[in-house]
Amino acid sequence: MSEHEVKNLEEIFDARIARDEKIEPKDWMPEKYRQTHIRQISQHAHSEIVGMLPEGNWITRAPSLKRKVALLAKIQDEAGHGLYLYSACETLGISREELYDQLHSGKAKYSSIFNYPTLTWADMGAIGWLVDGAAIINQVPLTTTSFGPYARAMVRVCKEESFHQRQGFQIMMTLAEGTPEQKEMAQDALNRWWFPSLMMLGPTDAASVHTEQSMKWKLKRKTNDELRQQFVDQTVPQAHMIGLTIPDPTLKFNEETKHYEFGELDWDEFWQVVKGHGPCNKERISARVNAWNNGKWVRDAAMAYAEKQANKEVKQAI
Amino acid sequence: MKNWPLWEVFIRSKNGLEHRHCGSLHASDATMALENARDVYTRRMEGVSIWVVPSAQITASNPEDSAELFDPAKDKAYRHPTFYELPDELKHM
Repeated sequence: MSEHEVKNLEEIFDARIARDEKIEPKDWMPEKYRQTHIRQISQHAHSEIVGMLPEGNWITRAPSLKRKVALLAKIQDEAGHGLYLYSACETLGISREELYDQLHSGKAKYSSIFNYPTLTWADMGAIGWLVDGAAIINQVPLTTTSFGPYARAMVRVCKEESFHQRQGFQIMMTLAEGTPEQKEMAQDALNRWWFPSLMMLGPTDAASVHTEQSMKWKLKRKTNDELRQQFVDQTVPQAHMIGLTIPDPTLKFNEETKHYEFGELDWDEFWQVVKGHGPCNKERISARVNAWNNGKWVRDAAMAYAEKQANKEVKQAI
Repeated sequence: MKNWPLWEVFIRSKNGLEHRHCGSLHASDATMALENARDVYTRRMEGVSIWVVPSAQITASNPEDSAELFDPAKDKAYRHPTFYELPDELKHM
C-alpha cells in the first residue's frame, strides 16, 4: 500500500472514531492503534492475573468462613477478568503464548501496585476499598472505548468490580469499629496503601507520554490527574465516615473548587517500582513463571488426551 | 506439544432468548471448553445454556466486502412498512 493510500485510510479511520463508531478486529486499523491496544489491554490483563497473588496470600488465614468465601470469589473474578482481557487482546493478532511470554520475561508491565506486600488482614480491606476503587475509576470510562472487544470486556469487568470494593470497605469498616488494635491495623493498612493507590492512576499529565494520542482514540477519556482528583474526592469522605485518617497532613478541602487538595507524590518511588525495584517485583514474577512451568505437564497431558480421543473418533468413523 | 486451541463461547441467558457470543477461551477439547466457559462466563447466573465452537471453524465475512454485501439493501425501502403511504383513517396496519 502506498503512503498516500495509508494516509487516506487513516483519515477515514479517525473520522469513524470521531463519530463514535466502534472498531472491530477485522477492520483496517493503523499499526500504531493495534500496537497501542495490544500494549494497554495486555498490561491490563497481566495486572488482573498478578493482582491475584497479594490476595492469595490471605486465603488460608481469612478470619472467618464468610470472609474466606468472599475473598475466594473476588480472586476468582480477577482470574476471569484477566481471561476476558487476554481473549480481547488476542483478537488483535497476538497469541496467548506471546502475551504470557512478555509478562514472564519482564517485557510487558503490570500495575505497579501489586508489587507491594500484604502484611496484615487489613490489607485485604485496603486493597478492595482503595485499589479496586481506583481501578473502577480508571475502568468505567473504558466501557465506551473505541475498540469493540476491549469495551465489551470492560462492561463485564465493571459489573463485577463493585462487589470487590464493597467487600473491601466492609472489612475496613469492621476493623475500624473493633478493638483499638483492630482499628490501628486498619489505619496502618490505609497508611501504606494510600499513596501507592494514588500513583496507580498513572504519571501526572505533564509526564504522561501517551495521553494525547490515547484521548483521540478514546482509549482514555479522562487524564490521569482528573482520575486521581476524582478518586481523592470520592475516598476522603469514606475514610472520615469510618474514623480513619488519610496519611497526608497537607490534605485540605478547597471550598471554592469543591475539591480536596493533596500533597506531592513520591514519583521516584513509583518509577523505581515500575522499573522492577519494588518490594515484591521478583517474587510476583517468579510465582507466575513457576505456576506456568510447573503446569506444563498438565497442559501437555490434556492435549495428548484430546488428540487421542479425536483419533479414536476418526478410527470409529472409518 | 501443541498449545490448547481457541474456542468461541455463546451463552443463552434464559430460555426464550438466543445464544449470544460473549468471548473466547483456550481449552484442550470441547468438554474442557464447556467447563472453562462455565467458570469464566457464568459465575453470576448469566446463563442457562452454553455453546462452544472451535474459533478456527468460524468463517467470517471480510469488512472490505461490506459494501457489496450490505449496500444493496439500502435502496430497497419498499421492504419496510413505512414505504407505503396509506390514509390516516386506517389507524392500525
